[in-house]
Amino acid sequence: MSIQVKNIQKNFGNFSALNDVSLDFPTGELVALLGPSGCGKTTLLRIIAGLEQPDHGVVEFHGEDATHVHVRQRQVGFVFQHYALFRHMTVFDNVAFGLTVRPKDKRPSKSEIAERVHELLRLVQLDWLADRYPDQLSGGQRQRIALARALAVEPKVLLLDEPFGALDAKVRKDLRRWLRRLHDELHITSIFVTHDQEEAMEVADRIVVLNKGKIEQIGSPDEVYNNPASPFVYDFIGQVNLFHSRVSEGWAHIGDYKLPAPEHAEIKDSAAVAYVRPHDIELQAEPQGEGFIEATVDNVSTAGSVLRIELRHALSNDIFHVELPRSQERLIDLRPGVTVYARPTNSKVFLKD
Amino acid sequence: MLPGFKLSLGLGVFYLSLIVLLPAITLVLQTLEISWDEFVFYLTDPRLIAAFKVTFAAAACASLFNGALGLLLAWILVRYEFPGKKLVDTLVDLPFALPTAVAGLTLSALFAQNGWLGRWLVPLDIKVSYTFIGIVIAMLFTSIPFVVRTLQPVLEDLSPEYEEAAASLGASRSQIFRRIILPHIRPALLIGMALSFVRSLGEFGAVIFIAGNMPYETEVVSLMIFTYIGEYNYPAAAAVAMLILAASLLLLLVIQVIQSYYGRRHRKI
Repeated sequence: MSIQVKNIQKNFGNFSALNDVSLDFPTGELVALLGPSGCGKTTLLRIIAGLEQPDHGVVEFHGEDATHVHVRQRQVGFVFQHYALFRHMTVFDNVAFGLTVRPKDKRPSKSEIAERVHELLRLVQLDWLADRYPDQLSGGQRQRIALARALAVEPKVLLLDEPFGALDAKVRKDLRRWLRRLHDELHITSIFVTHDQEEAMEVADRIVVLNKGKIEQIGSPDEVYNNPASPFVYDFIGQVNLFHSRVSEGWAHIGDYKLPAPEHAEIKDSAAVAYVRPHDIELQAEPQGEGFIEATVDNVSTAGSVLRIELRHALSNDIFHVELPRSQERLIDLRPGVTVYARPTNSKVFLKD
Repeated sequence: MLPGFKLSLGLGVFYLSLIVLLPAITLVLQTLEISWDEFVFYLTDPRLIAAFKVTFAAAACASLFNGALGLLLAWILVRYEFPGKKLVDTLVDLPFALPTAVAGLTLSALFAQNGWLGRWLVPLDIKVSYTFIGIVIAMLFTSIPFVVRTLQPVLEDLSPEYEEAAASLGASRSQIFRRIILPHIRPALLIGMALSFVRSLGEFGAVIFIAGNMPYETEVVSLMIFTYIGEYNYPAAAAVAMLILAASLLLLLVIQVIQSYYGRRHRKI
């Protein structure tokens, strides 16, 4: 089922959590709401769930206005960061809860409920834990049970609020791959909130980047990473180097070095910032050709799949980062203090306001 | 081990023995001086049995009432923000701070036929002063803090997320209360009510001013003890006191059992 939110406005006192946000969530997609803490992503999720009311704006489920439908009737599955499993109930009773609270005429029989619960527990691969209590489970197991519980009521949409936020790094990685596979199986429209850009990249079909209650960019993980729409997105997603420059007639000047900025061809002399990803810089021992920045090696880290090099800009003394494939290690001298020549191969220039 | 453990433990145990254990033991020893026949004779006095009935019934009513309203009060104090919340929170402790005799005097003035509240109840033909209702009200007043103060930390522990989760799964308000909130707070509620009950059993100061103390009708057990002592009938006083002590100890034991059961289950889950 598709979801639309239109012109959502939500204030908490003087703080504006969401400012005129409009979004479309197409049927069957897994969408990530990504942003730093306080950007309004959780508030938006809670408004879609019906756990919070917007001050203005409309929430539509499949074209029907659901803004004032109570969370009880909204048929959303909600998964909380801290699981919110009922501690006094077994895993089985937790998953069965949504079915057992149905009014008598719509409630499945005991055996039907048991069958459905075990089916869901098999789906999350935890059937053997049915008789345990939540506090006897690990964090990852609890979150999978919470998901099974949410799925038990056959929700039209699945909403997950930082579902992996409380887990340790290893479990988090396993679980997000597992969630991706589960979504490919079930194809239920899902929205999940995260502040972890890596998580959003890996799991989501589409990413909505939020900042200060406004949408910065909507796009596939590829688009958001390779073509950030704003300096904020550039900064927030992945690592990036900032070069302060002046733009004039399609070129960004950094000292005596210039980067192409064709999108600003009409601008005559304006302050700007050039954004360059660490892996979009090539290094050479001697400058062969034009457009090289002179720098000295400050630090090199070989712990990882790429070489991480910190360079000190010869003119401004600022540090910038370069990532090279490990195979380059042997081709160029990278001891600290050595002078090297760097050339950005890809960059984007944003004017300063 | 921290230094000074033996000394502080010794002092602590000595103090507790002096203040709590010694009077209790004296009471037991005094009772042992009475023969069994005498003991039975004192305790089967119809006037005393009537007093026991009144006391237990009133204490039961008070603790049930306090269970319901104390839960409401604790809920409000934990879940809502409102101006004057600090004041309400402090007011809950007032019955602890106020001398019970003062409370008794105030209540009887309030519910007297020309009192602030009493005058409104007269046309409705409801009498509070010198009746069973009066006793219950006095007990309510002195024991409400027990329920509120035991429930507050447990409710704070119950994050609103659980209710939200239940609501998103389709549960109604009453289903959420019965199946999520009540199981969580039940042990604390039982303990609070039991404490309130024990407190009410022994209440003297607040009750005697409003109860009217009519034999067979509105006389409470603690007053009976007082009366026996006034008549220099120490054995009878000791026998009754012994029974009250036993009842209180039994209830405290029940509370301990509930607490340890709750604690064990909490560890287990």
